[in-house]
Amino acid sequence: MDTPDPTLDLETGPAYDIERIRADFPILGRLVHGHPLAYLDNAATSQKPYSVIQAVDAYYREINANVHRGAHELSIRATEAYEEAREVVADHIGAPSASEVIFVRGATEAINLVAWTWGAAHVAEGDEILLTKMEHHSNLVPWQILAGRAGATVRYVDVEADGTLVMDDYDRLLSDRTCLVAVTHVSNTLGVVNPVAEIAQKAREADAICVVDGAQAAPHMQLDVQAIGCDFYAFSGHKMLAPTGIGALWGRREILEHMPPWQGGGEMISEVRLEGFTAAQLPHKFEAGTPNIAGAIGFAEAIRYLQRIGLERVHAWESDLTAYALERLDAVDGLEVFGPRKDRVGVISFRYADIHAHDLATILDQKGVAIRAGHHCNQPLMTHLGVDATARASVYLYNTRSEIDALVDALGLAAKLFGVA
Amino acid sequence: MAKPGHGSDGLELSSLQDLYQQVILDHYRRPRNKGPLEGATHTLTLNNPLCGDVIDLMLRLEGDRIAEVHFEGKGCSISQASASMMGAILKGQTIEQALAIMDTFTRMLHGDADAAADTDLGDLRALAGVAKFPVRVKCALLAWNCLDEMVGSEKPGS
Repeated sequence: MDTPDPTLDLETGPAYDIERIRADFPILGRLVHGHPLAYLDNAATSQKPYSVIQAVDAYYREINANVHRGAHELSIRATEAYEEAREVVADHIGAPSASEVIFVRGATEAINLVAWTWGAAHVAEGDEILLTKMEHHSNLVPWQILAGRAGATVRYVDVEADGTLVMDDYDRLLSDRTCLVAVTHVSNTLGVVNPVAEIAQKAREADAICVVDGAQAAPHMQLDVQAIGCDFYAFSGHKMLAPTGIGALWGRREILEHMPPWQGGGEMISEVRLEGFTAAQLPHKFEAGTPNIAGAIGFAEAIRYLQRIGLERVHAWESDLTAYALERLDAVDGLEVFGPRKDRVGVISFRYADIHAHDLATILDQKGVAIRAGHHCNQPLMTHLGVDATARASVYLYNTRSEIDALVDALGLAAKLFGVA
Repeated sequence: MAKPGHGSDGLELSSLQDLYQQVILDHYRRPRNKGPLEGATHTLTLNNPLCGDVIDLMLRLEGDRIAEVHFEGKGCSISQASASMMGAILKGQTIEQALAIMDTFTRMLHGDADAAADTDLGDLRALAGVAKFPVRVKCALLAWNCLDEMVGSEKPGS
């Protein structure tokens, strides 16, 4: 089995025990089409460790009840667990207060929340919303909808051929008309890590709000939203070992307090009269209806799991694995990897000879290798790169060099079937 | 650690070889009837938003007979080969005949052995292997969905 690269800095704790980590993920033991699963589609969603599955299971078995409602034991326990989960999330991202963390379905809902509340209240005709050409559709379409309603204009910061942001273009486009800057922390297609602190600082100097889409960053790096200096940070649980259907939006208190509520319903009010209502305090003001209680509890356990291993160590393991994957893929004749060679995470998009990405994905699947094929909800970037679709392999803390080898071996089968020399 | 993949290579390789037959790769790499169609009476573009495959299908009808079928598009080998094969098989057919071929082809893609044996399908029979890959059926049908939307309602008696 794989041994960690001896150059990997693991002085901060015991050796990175990959076998033990893998044993924590039941699904990694299964076969796919008769082969050991090599799950390399982590940018789409991650697998879940026993501890997360058990946390969700234990909630339903032992304390299931609605939160913030009843005076009975189960409701009290469920409320405690739900609010404790909020504390865990807040601590994990360096939020000053748990009341600034709003539970949502995922990064998509988090961004929509900002667009429909802050955006509806503050974006006016003639304003500009500044995005980049590498945004996932979830950090693009909500702003297009907002701009359409408000009569605002969406502008896009250009990207270099290797997928990195053209910061000069950001400086050029940022102006006193810019009311909001929304940027992804890490590209879901090319793995580029953007200089979000610099982007946020410049946005602040231009009196613009800065929204960071952290869906691809939160699983892989230690976050500190205050150090980044943005106004909103959105991320999903399911890409970082938590169940699907749970995520978080962090926002600055002073901004959240002045935002109108979003969805109306139970939970988000302090008082309702026939003439109107008074919204609840943060964070409940933005959490109408019964929330995803089990999801939030699973989310907290996922974060605890990551903290037990240590995100610095996860990052070191993934960096080593990414370097190995790039080296092996670069050695394949006719294969082109997109994206930069440094300042990146292990989201690796590539094309191979004239074999379409879907055909590659089908062939690799027969060897138990799971990758993504397509436009990755990133059509404008695809157009910019001049490709219709790419194959994308993305690693996480439980992946190994053997799985990269399985990927490269399976590419050999694709070459054989397609008669690629 | 032993390389994964021992044991079932034969079976999986034969499924994949069925899927990626030479005739399919040939149509993928040298598509027939690809490009603009002069005097087209029907044109329609369909895409698969999940994977980004696009087919722009053009027909020239003369009465109820298909005089010419062309396509433009991009996508995987299955979607492009299916569109390429369509032109040769439909040229000169009546709409009713074309829709019958589409019906047989669709049944073949869903694993119907009788349909797969139907010689009316011509080169399209090479796509029979798609039946073992249900997620790829939509690729094989993309061009045919265009045809269905364009002339499906013109089927006599429908």
